[in-house]
Amino acid sequence: MPVIIDTEETTLIAHIQGEIDHHNAAEIRRDIDLAADKHRPVKLVLDFDDVTFMDSSGIGLVMGRYKLIKPLGGKIHIINTSSQIKKVMKLAGLDRLASIE
Amino acid sequence: MAVKNEIHFSFPSESCNERIARMCVTAFISSLNPSVSELAEIKTAVSEAVTNCIVHGYRNRSGKVEILVRASDDNTVTIKISDRGCGIPDVKKAMEPLYTSAPEEERAGLGFAVMESFMDKVTVKSVVGKGTVITLQRKILSSVGALHN
Ligand SMILES: Nc1ncnc2c1ncn2[C@@H]1O[C@H](COP(=O)(O)OP(=O)(O)OP(=O)(O)O)[C@@H](O)[C@H]1O
Ligand SMILES: [Mg+2]
Repeated sequence: MPVIIDTEETTLIAHIQGEIDHHNAAEIRRDIDLAADKHRPVKLVLDFDDVTFMDSSGIGLVMGRYKLIKPLGGKIHIINTSSQIKKVMKLAGLDRLASIE
Repeated sequence: MAVKNEIHFSFPSESCNERIARMCVTAFISSLNPSVSELAEIKTAVSEAVTNCIVHGYRNRSGKVEILVRASDDNTVTIKISDRGCGIPDVKKAMEPLYTSAPEEERAGLGFAVMESFMDKVTVKSVVGKGTVITLQRKILSSVGALHN
């Protein structure tokens, strides 16, 4: 199970587990999209606390979720990023699409 | 600079090997006393290059990815990652941030940008129909880095 999902009213919290690379991204994406489809969140929280590694496949994953949720008036919040992962996200300009903590 | 140590390995272009390749390279580099962030950055750059061989080089087919990691006397690490896949027709364009030939797969087009920002030097040699060799280089500042991290 690469993602643990929590919901709170209109918020969907996705606690991503392990490493985000090309090999794992498809499954993570599927889990988040299935839950988002069901709950139609206004706020999507991506929790990186249990993410131990991320490369540009993670950037693609966040950008893809942004494109999905933005037309529905939704927002993305990224939380608990390590300094390493934050570096990759900033390089990609993800801080312009979502709030990053 | 004289070569201090080196490893050489290859594997089939299966995505499950991306992780194994990262682990092998980081295990080798750990012996040079890198800081946590040096190690993490090199690991990320390697992941980008290996993934590109699998996703782009061997698109719709399988082949071998080869990796050579070398440490020289001055603690510079050189990592050569090669495939015998399709090659890159326009390297300059391919290296532009946000350029991707596979946007439908949710690729960001940032692999080369990540490699360039995390390594001291990135060299690309590619011949269409023959394959691609990516050479990544970074000097490990070693104990200095370790103290500050
Ligand atoms: N080994 C390779 N063989 C053939 N083409 C390659 C290779 N590496 C890169 N390319 C080409 O260069 C482009 C840019 O690569 P880059 O890694 O920057 O972005 P990406 O792989 O498309 O997306 P991302 O890495 O963000 O998921 C690729 O889309 C592909 O067309
Ligand atoms: Mg790439």
